[in-house]
Amino acid sequence: MKSFAALFQELDRTTKTTAKVKSLAKYFDKASDTDKIWTIALFTHRRPKRNVKTSLLREWAAEQAGIPLWLFEESYHIVGDLAEAISLIIEDGSEESEKSLTSYIHELINLKDQDEAAKKEYVLQAWQSMNQAERFLFNKLLTGGFRIGVSSKLIVKALSKSTGQEENVISHRLMGNWDPATTTFEELILSESGLDEISKPYPFYLAYAIEDDPATLGNTSDWQAEHKWDGIRGQVILRQGEIFVWSRGEELVTDKYPEYEKLKDYLTDNIVIDGEILAYKAGKPLPFNVLQKRIGRKKVGKKLLNDCPVILMAYDLLEYDGQDIRTKATSERRAVLESILKDVPQEIPIRLSPVIAFSNWEELKHIRAQSRELDCEGLMLKRKSSEYKIGRKKGDWWKWKVDPMNVDAVMLYAQRGHGRRANLFTDFTFAVHNEEGDLVPFAKAYSGLTDKEFKEITAWVKKNTRERFGPVCSVNPELVFELAFEGIAESTRHKSGIALRFPRILRWRKDKNINEINTLTDLKKLLTK
Amino acid sequence: MITKMRRKLIQFKERGLYIAPADTYIDPWRPVDRAVITHGHSDHARRGHKAYLCHHDSVNILKYRLGDDIKVEGVAYEQVIDINGVKISLHPAGHIIGSAQIRVEYKGEIWVVTGDYKIEDDGLATAYEPVKCQHFITECTFGLPVFKWKTQDIIINEINEWWSENVSLGRPSVLSSYALGKAQRVINSVNHDIGPILTHGAVENTNEVLRNSGIAIKDTIRVTLETDKSLFNKALIIATGSGINSSWLNKFKNASIGIASGWMMMRGARRRRAADRGFVFSDHADWTGLNDAIKSTGAEYIYPTHGYTNVFSQWLNEQGYIASPVETEYEGEVVE
Repeated sequence: MKSFAALFQELDRTTKTTAKVKSLAKYFDKASDTDKIWTIALFTHRRPKRNVKTSLLREWAAEQAGIPLWLFEESYHIVGDLAEAISLIIEDGSEESEKSLTSYIHELINLKDQDEAAKKEYVLQAWQSMNQAERFLFNKLLTGGFRIGVSSKLIVKALSKSTGQEENVISHRLMGNWDPATTTFEELILSESGLDEISKPYPFYLAYAIEDDPATLGNTSDWQAEHKWDGIRGQVILRQGEIFVWSRGEELVTDKYPEYEKLKDYLTDNIVIDGEILAYKAGKPLPFNVLQKRIGRKKVGKKLLNDCPVILMAYDLLEYDGQDIRTKATSERRAVLESILKDVPQEIPIRLSPVIAFSNWEELKHIRAQSRELDCEGLMLKRKSSEYKIGRKKGDWWKWKVDPMNVDAVMLYAQRGHGRRANLFTDFTFAVHNEEGDLVPFAKAYSGLTDKEFKEITAWVKKNTRERFGPVCSVNPELVFELAFEGIAESTRHKSGIALRFPRILRWRKDKNINEINTLTDLKKLLTK
Repeated sequence: MITKMRRKLIQFKERGLYIAPADTYIDPWRPVDRAVITHGHSDHARRGHKAYLCHHDSVNILKYRLGDDIKVEGVAYEQVIDINGVKISLHPAGHIIGSAQIRVEYKGEIWVVTGDYKIEDDGLATAYEPVKCQHFITECTFGLPVFKWKTQDIIINEINEWWSENVSLGRPSVLSSYALGKAQRVINSVNHDIGPILTHGAVENTNEVLRNSGIAIKDTIRVTLETDKSLFNKALIIATGSGINSSWLNKFKNASIGIASGWMMMRGARRRRAADRGFVFSDHADWTGLNDAIKSTGAEYIYPTHGYTNVFSQWLNEQGYIASPVETEYEGEVVE
């Protein structure tokens, strides 16, 4: 654990990518193969299963520190990170353990079948045998998403530096369903063939939002335009008669979308399709909030399948006849995709994302303006000659979204943030007036302001708190903000009766007061549009 | 039957903490006729009062910060001033040079206002001493059990190591700290064999004020346009929070930025500042320090101010004290 903690400290002490890559590469040069595998796994979100409930960890930490649980909870809200709060509240023991990262992870995995008393004894003993930095990382292993400011991109760069292999190759090798407990570093990274795994997806190519006028992109004939579908990105793999569906978050979601099983019977084998998982009925996409009902569900019942059926809106082909074709031009890949989908009957849940014909940019602007009527988010522009790249890259793929909708609302609740926003009030609930003139909360937002503004608001919240509910404060309804959002839908789950899509703060309207905010009626008018 | 509530000896008023029978305020935040000042930081020593009373070592600091023309009287620690039968005396708070707790005694009732304080003797400020009282108005900037300081030696060692490493890499070490107090604490404790110590103007001005008052501050060099630039890569450069957020920092190419503050205990606060290094180094009492200090006063009534006052009061009440938070306009420790 000591060398992993030292690595973490180095990474945490710099904001410079080159320095981070250097530290990681140095670590990969020295670490044992199992430590390497687990380090890669942790930084690519393959954490071991959680075997201790966090509520127990809180109790044990408070008990060990000799403080009441409520005081631990208050401290945690202010620190903004459970693993860190526990690491700070526990005092260093007298002896430090030299156990490796791998040993700790194995021990944590083995906790699974033990009773609560044994778990407690193990965890308390471990806390005592570490310094604060190690305790923090150990708690991160115990508690949840191992998000500590290292992207998988950095890992790829560092592994490339350490092993001399190309980044593209490493990036692909790290994808998919490999299990750090049974995979060796040799198999994953070094061997000629890599893991021969039929479910392995390709890294997604992601588009940047276009900032300039699209006319700056040059000739319209060089570009392919499509609708930007309002679903979730997915990759469908058909290999050796089996189907695998991956989400963009590298999650295998085959079981969540059983409709796609049918594709096996109608599509040619050994292909990989990139597209949008889209709720779709009667020849039309359904709003995103319909799909949302399925995203979280592991098991899908008949009713859900019937109410929210999905299709794959296919827009790219990455593998054909078992061959990786990502380096071929977009236009070529498109032609093959079209030929594959040509004779697929209507009842099969796959559609070809149509190419939009346009002769000049002005015309395309008009088409974009109608996106909302089609339940689309806007347009996608792809350079016809471009290959399929890895990750978010500028130049060849652009998303051109419709302008967001706006509303002026007043802040009603404020909550402290997490991570680098710890101890600042950054998460806000906003309200508008209903017909009776009462304030109704309708949206939460926590992005869009600068650190300086958060600091100013934090000072204001402290002076204007009406009531405290744990980490949440209700505040005097005075501060007005302009919110932007992508869509609006009816909702029975919210008191306001509406749910916004991706609300965020556009600006703090210091020039407005509570009498100048929008009303619920204003918002509901947008529903019918 | 009507029982008359006795008025508190120190009242919490619009303008600050008010000792009614002496018609005197402690660290008031609006202009008053007579103010007793705990220490020279700007949230405690404010402009516009007609008369100031503070420790001898704070006199020149107040004049430097508030103007030469202020009417200020210096007293020694434990020297008793009698105003209308109210006995007022200053006692070491260990926060910065000249910092004092204010003891107020009237008709057998004893109150102590801490201002800011720290328990550890930093070798520069006169060390904190507990003062017995019944009513204790205490700061609690770091009044949560996650705040526990390591000793000054350990932190100064960390700073020395960071500085040495930067010297070996040929890059400047810029350390942000308070111009008054923490800066001098660092200057007097780090290892001067590593390299020269350069200072931002705001820090050096304060150094001069203190040196002129007879306080020994080790050698430093003010950074000016004429400063030999070849010194930069070997130097520890002491800056203020606003200094490291300004174009002044551009003088020091490729510098490693460190921040010395108790808030650096929290990773979020550290990352928000995009500093390379955070040193957990504070002039305030930590959780253990606050609890020990409160206990050693023997006070029954505790009034926590600036900090996590609600949480800290609830904790104290559970420990058997009678605690209630007090709203003030003091800021405690701030990182910019």
